[in-house]
Order: sequence, then C-alpha cells, then structure tokens
Amino acid sequence: MSDFLFQLLLTFDATLRVAAPLILCGMAGIFSERSGVIDIGLEGKMLAGAFAAAAAAVMTGSPWLGLFAAIGVSVCLSLLHGFACITHRGNQVISGLAINILASALTVTIGIALFKRGGNTPSLEQDMRFRPIEWPLAETLESVPLLGPIYSGVISGHNLLVYVALLAVPLSAWLLFRTSFGLRIRAVGESPEAVDSAGISVYVLRYKAVILAGILCGIAGAYLSIAHGGGFGREMSAGKGYIALAAVIFGKWRPVPTLMACLLFGFLDAATARLQGVELPIIGEAPTELMLALPYILTVVLLAGFIGKATPPKNIGEPYPKGK
Amino acid sequence: MNAQNLPRWADIGLLPVLNILAALVVSGLIIALIGEDPFRAMGVMIKGAFVYKGALGYTLYYTTNFIFTGLAVAVAFHCAMFNIGGEGQAYMGGLGAGCAVLLADAILPGFLMIPFAVVFASLFGAVWALIPGWLQAVRGSHIVITTIMFNFIASTLIVALLAGPMMRDGQGAPETRPFAESAQMPYMHDLMAWFGIEAARTPLNISLFLALAAAVLVWFIIWRTRFGYAVRAMGFSPGAAEYAGMNSTRIIVLAMALSGALAGLMASNAVLGEPHKLVLNFTGGYGFTGIAVALMGRNHPIGIVLAALLFGALTQGGTELDFEFQTITRETVLVVQGLIILFSGALYYLFAPWVARVLNLTAKKEAAT
Repeated sequence: MSDFLFQLLLTFDATLRVAAPLILCGMAGIFSERSGVIDIGLEGKMLAGAFAAAAAAVMTGSPWLGLFAAIGVSVCLSLLHGFACITHRGNQVISGLAINILASALTVTIGIALFKRGGNTPSLEQDMRFRPIEWPLAETLESVPLLGPIYSGVISGHNLLVYVALLAVPLSAWLLFRTSFGLRIRAVGESPEAVDSAGISVYVLRYKAVILAGILCGIAGAYLSIAHGGGFGREMSAGKGYIALAAVIFGKWRPVPTLMACLLFGFLDAATARLQGVELPIIGEAPTELMLALPYILTVVLLAGFIGKATPPKNIGEPYPKGK
Repeated sequence: MNAQNLPRWADIGLLPVLNILAALVVSGLIIALIGEDPFRAMGVMIKGAFVYKGALGYTLYYTTNFIFTGLAVAVAFHCAMFNIGGEGQAYMGGLGAGCAVLLADAILPGFLMIPFAVVFASLFGAVWALIPGWLQAVRGSHIVITTIMFNFIASTLIVALLAGPMMRDGQGAPETRPFAESAQMPYMHDLMAWFGIEAARTPLNISLFLALAAAVLVWFIIWRTRFGYAVRAMGFSPGAAEYAGMNSTRIIVLAMALSGALAGLMASNAVLGEPHKLVLNFTGGYGFTGIAVALMGRNHPIGIVLAALLFGALTQGGTELDFEFQTITRETVLVVQGLIILFSGALYYLFAPWVARVLNLTAKKEAAT
C-alpha cells in the first residue's frame, strides 16, 4: 500500500509540473476572453516565448534575461493580435490561427538561422535554467508520516515558475473580482457599450487584457524551455495552449475552477505517462489513448451542456466599432 | 466613399492583391533578415513549383488537397460557421477510405472499389463535422472550440487504431498494409500515356478532376439551389432566415456535413492517390491551410481553385528550398502562409482606408476636369 501511496505522490508531483504551463496559459486565456477577445493564439505565444527564452538564455547565460525575452516576444504577438482584432476589428479566430502558424514557422526558421540545429536550440547549462527550489526543512520533515512526503515530495522541489503559476491564480482572481480594473475587464467583455458610455476606452481596456495574456503566455513559454526543459525543441508546446483553452472553458472563465481543470488535465497526462502498458485490475491494460483524449472529450461534453453549462462572456468575439 | 463601401472591383480584386503583396513583402524582409536573398528564394520556388521535370505534377497534387479543404472551409463560412476542424475531418476521411479498402479491396474490382472508398471518406468526414454542427445548432456549443477538440480526438483515435487493430501485421510502423491495386486512384501520367502523351511520374492522380468537379458542385449548390440560398441566408442573418421559416438546425447541420464531406474527400488524393496506405499525419496541416485558401479565394470556388494553386506552388516550391539553401527550409513557406492568413484574413481591410483615399482623390480630379 505504501508503494501505491508513493506512486500517487510521484504522480501528483508530475501533475504540478505538467499543469504549470496550462495554469499560466489558462489565466492568460481568462483575461483575454473576459475582455471579449477570443484567444486561440495561446499556443503560438507560448511556443514563441519558449523559443525566445531558450535563445536568450543560451546567448546571455541568464535565465532571467530568458524570461524577459519570452515575455517580450509573447507580448509583441499579443499586440499583433490586438492590432488585428481590436484596432482593425478583424476576425479574432483567424488572427489567433495566424499567430499560431507564424509562431510555429518562425521559431524553426529563426532557430535554424541562429543555431543550425534543425530548429532546436543547444541544450542549456544548469546555471542558464531555473533550478528546483528545495524548501526549508524538506529533508528533515520527510520522515513525518503522510504530511512529510507531501511536503518534501510534492510541494517542495519545483522550479520558481511552478510557484509563479500557482500564485498567478489567486492574483488573477483578486485582480478580476476585487479591483475596479477587473470589474472593467469583465464589463467590457459583457457589454462594451456600457463601458464606453461611462467614458472608459474599450480599446485601451482590451489592449491591457491581451497584454496581460501575453505576459502570462511568455512565462509559460519560458517554463517549457528554460525551467522544465533544458532547451527549445521544435513544436515543444505540443497542443498545450489548446488544452489550456479547454481548461478555461471547463473552468467557466473563472480562475480557481480553471486551476482545477488544469490540475485534472495535468493529472490525466501524468497518469497516462505512468500507466503506459501497465495492466490494471478489472479493466486490463490501461486505456492510455482514451486518457489522452479525455480532456478534449470532456470539454466537448461540457460545451454541449451535459455537465453543467459553460456560458462565455456575452460579447466575446465581437469587435467594438469606435464612435458608434 | 469610405473604407467599408469600396467599389466591388477594389473589394474583391485590389484588396486581395495588396494583402498578398504585403504578406510577400514581410516574408521577404524576414528572409533578408536571416541573411538569405529573398529574390533568389522566390526564383528557386518558382522553378521548383513549375519548371523542373515533374514539378507541375507535384504542385497540382498539393493543389488538389487544398481545393478540397478550401471548399470545406468556404461552405461552412457561407453559413457563418467557422469550421477550424478541416484537419480532423480530412484525417477521419482517411480513416473512412482506409476502412473501406481494408475491408473490400480483395473482392471488389477497381471501378467499384474506388467509388466505395471515396464515398466512405466523405461520409466519415461528414460525420466528424456534423456532430459539432449539431452541437452548435441545438446546444449552442461554440463551433470553433468543438472543432478544435474534434481535431485532437481524431488524431488520438487514429494513432490508437494505427498502432493497434489497423497496424500492418509483423511491422513496427504505425500504418496499414499497402492497398491492393484495385484501390489505387489512377495516376495522371498513366492516363496521359494512354492518350499517347508522355509525362513525368508524379503523385498527381485523377482526384484533381474530382476536386474540380467538387468546386463546380459547390458553386451550383450555394448559388443555384434552395438549400444554398438557405445556407447563405442563415449565414447573412440567422434571425431573418428563421423568421422566413427556415429550419436553422437542419441547415447548419447539413452545411457542416457538406463541409466535412469535402474535407474528408481530401483522402481520395492523399490516401488513395499517393501513399496507397493509411499513415500517421498524412493530413500535414492541409486542413488548416484550407482556411487560408478559403480566405484568399473569398469563399468563391473560382477564387479557391486559384488560391489552392498558389498554395500548391508554395508547398512544392518550398520543398525545393531545402535543397538550395542552408538556412531557409519548407518551414519558411509556413511563414508566408501564416502572413497570408493574417493579412487576407484578420487584416483584410488594413489597406482599405488608403485605397478609398486614392479613389476619392482620383474621383475629385475627374470631377474637376
């Protein structure tokens, strides 16, 4: 039994690692979509951020400069998204799709030009990465039954950006629901006319929201390439942005439920990796393919209204015509 | 005259050209920035797409894929549905074709086997689009999200099948056994040899005719039938269409099914046409490219065929970049593709105010003289 518990703790530990970028992108998606701007481009921004982080870390040797580069690049893509669909009132889905395709193509193209390694960056040295942080007394407390292993195995020993991701949730919740800025963001996604007639600029608010989304996606990208991984690999975001989008819907555009959805999807992913080819009692070989598809299937079922109802912000996807 | 009501020729003729030019200029700048000569790259791509022996055959082979996926996206657009799931629907089309062939290629002769497989491909594609369509129409589930999810579900499903029950016996690779000859689309070079014309061996096959026929059929359905009228009415103003007594659920579901069937037909080219077996990721992102094709072609079959030719040439010309250059590869072509989606999709009216200003100026001059 203790072996089972040990395995479970390892899986929870892996869950946090897998879920961290999902959580960051999920919060990004919440800000953007709450303000009325659909963000299919989470994936592309994260991928571009991952590349920028690794490239900057390799060139400068500093993970912090890598992180800033990731945020900078990702915010640039956010501004492009804003330029296309806030300023020019273009279709938000098309703009997001273009960003994803551009990110996937540009990272490889620039990667080959800079490093000549088929689109990957060189592997990073240890000091170019965000290293795991051992919490105080982690080793001494390990012998405490139950709580000890949880403290030292699950909570302690992650890199800085995992904790940033976890902190981003209460911060986002506070910002969205406890500040006037958050109130305005939510209002502009529900009824931009009301915000406009109160004398507040719809455009500026939406730009602020997509920039916030850019920052968060940039951190997620840096997490992939210079914290969790040790370098950039082509297409390394591998659909995580879309899973985060699913998590946002699953969490009904609210930070804490979105966190839960990210943890659930992360757990499925972590458990799949562990259960590959394992024979389980009763069901036989673990249905790993089904587990991989489960986030997508669950999201469709939720969207269909069979488990609760996911109501998006009312004005989502609608460009706001100025001066109407 | 303002940016929103330009004359028709400027709206559907001039703006697309300006947008493609903008995309090409930006791509050229990027290529120059990484230290290669954009004009030389362009020359290599044009030669690779049209001039070398067999180049045109490859270009038209890719064009065939893009006609199918472009039409698929366009039909859904006419109904105001954004079908971002062409990739998954084409993948499922491949599964349908594969199932049909594996079941029956030992017993059916070619003239029955191929239509049977093509029908299966379009049916599977149709079902994969019909479900999101139904969910949108009846349950209000956002079709963009559901079709994205269906792409991923299709992908996992086919990985599971190809690594499991459909895998070729005694092989490690996740793919089916090769199809029997009766299930292979006739090659164009064979067809032309039959008429006494010698052509280079290329993957181009008679699916191209199927694609062109599909384009004509889409034009006929959308602009010449009651159903097409209903689709366009629903796309233009769902409220008015329902008020006029149209059944929105039925129209949306049928339009999505047609859209998915067209995407599924891509398998007649990319499965029955060339590899003659079902392999992983044969869709190669062409379903997403279909969105660019439809946007550039302004959702009209003629525009789509032309845009598909452009993307076919870009794809085939792009493979040539790999041989000629150190630092630019076929991924560079994806940059062009992304920029075309950006400019002719999301930023379609970027140049409209300037065009309007120029037109106004010339109009004033004419009035003065």
